[in-house]
Amino acid sequence: MTYLELFISFFKIGLFSFGGGYAAMPLIQDQVVTAHQWLSMPEFTDLVTISQMTPGPIAINSATFVGIKIAGIPGALAATLGCILPSCVIVMLIAKLYLKYRNMDLLQGVLGSLRPAVVAMIASAGVSILFTAFWGSMEQLSLSGTDWGLVFIFVVCVVFLKKGRMNPVLVMVLAGVAKTGLALAGF
Amino acid sequence: MQKKKKVLLQLFLSTLYLSTFTFGGGYVIVTLMKKKFVDEHHWIEEEEMLDLIAIAQSSPGAIAVNGAIVVGYKLAGVPGALISILGTIIPPFVIISLVSVFYSAFRDNFIVSQLLEGMQAGVAAVIAAVVYEMGAGVVQGKSMISVLIMAGAFAASCVFGVNAVHIVIVCLLIGAVRTLIGERRKAA
Repeated sequence: MTYLELFISFFKIGLFSFGGGYAAMPLIQDQVVTAHQWLSMPEFTDLVTISQMTPGPIAINSATFVGIKIAGIPGALAATLGCILPSCVIVMLIAKLYLKYRNMDLLQGVLGSLRPAVVAMIASAGVSILFTAFWGSMEQLSLSGTDWGLVFIFVVCVVFLKKGRMNPVLVMVLAGVAKTGLALAGF
Repeated sequence: MQKKKKVLLQLFLSTLYLSTFTFGGGYVIVTLMKKKFVDEHHWIEEEEMLDLIAIAQSSPGAIAVNGAIVVGYKLAGVPGALISILGTIIPPFVIISLVSVFYSAFRDNFIVSQLLEGMQAGVAAVIAAVVYEMGAGVVQGKSMISVLIMAGAFAASCVFGVNAVHIVIVCLLIGAVRTLIGERRKAA
């Protein structure tokens, strides 16, 4: 019964979270903390912190975390499956239609207007990540609160990527190592 | 058959690799997918990749998972989509399983937190480099409306915090109106 409840809860989260990333957060909180009390609010906050610190989408991370806590590995599997099932069906359906009709003038024209917006939204996500890195959050912008070490690392990374054509994953790992080095050196 | 197996294997390894090293959410992973499948393997055209990203963004669910599904499906049908999902969810599943066992120690570890903070700056740099390339592509297209859409969508998303779904819907409507007006002009 618990497996089914986990599956259904995360199915809802998967189905109704549009826009990705933090858009899913209130939905997860609603299901996991309010409706089922699987996590307390401090535990939920920890979950969000862990999700920020580890790879993977927050919805998938939550499904695994809550599933394990409530019903072990099988619970985690049930919750994860519920979470990705709506995506599976809907995305494949849209992809099928797209691949079939993409050469229609109408669809090409319509998508032509969407592409610049996609670039803009990626840029926007980049800005919020940048602000979080430099100032800790979007709300505390100040010259004195700036993490200049990270600003420096960012600039060096951009140069490595643009001029050196370096592998992005390698650049990210080096950035992490550089920050750790700076911190240990007392900056 | 041989080629299909190779594509499936490559899809699995690529999504597994990208998902393991991708901090900072779905936009980062779709950006890295673009680098891998468009720039490195040349399996997908740049414009088509943007369409696929749009599908991933405008569908419900995690963008990283949606991106994996749509790219996997495009390259190898339903098996491709399934294998990409598997590659995408195994890393967070394993990592969170381990972390949940001793997460308070992990959270308070100084080295871990510094490492991750530095990686945020690296992620931002990767996005900046890719956005620069793609944005330059839009500007060089010499369509005033496209540039306006890009600027408007950026302001809506970054300054006003408008949900991505709403931006996508508005742009689809703009695109439909533009195309219909163009058709009518052609007919007249």
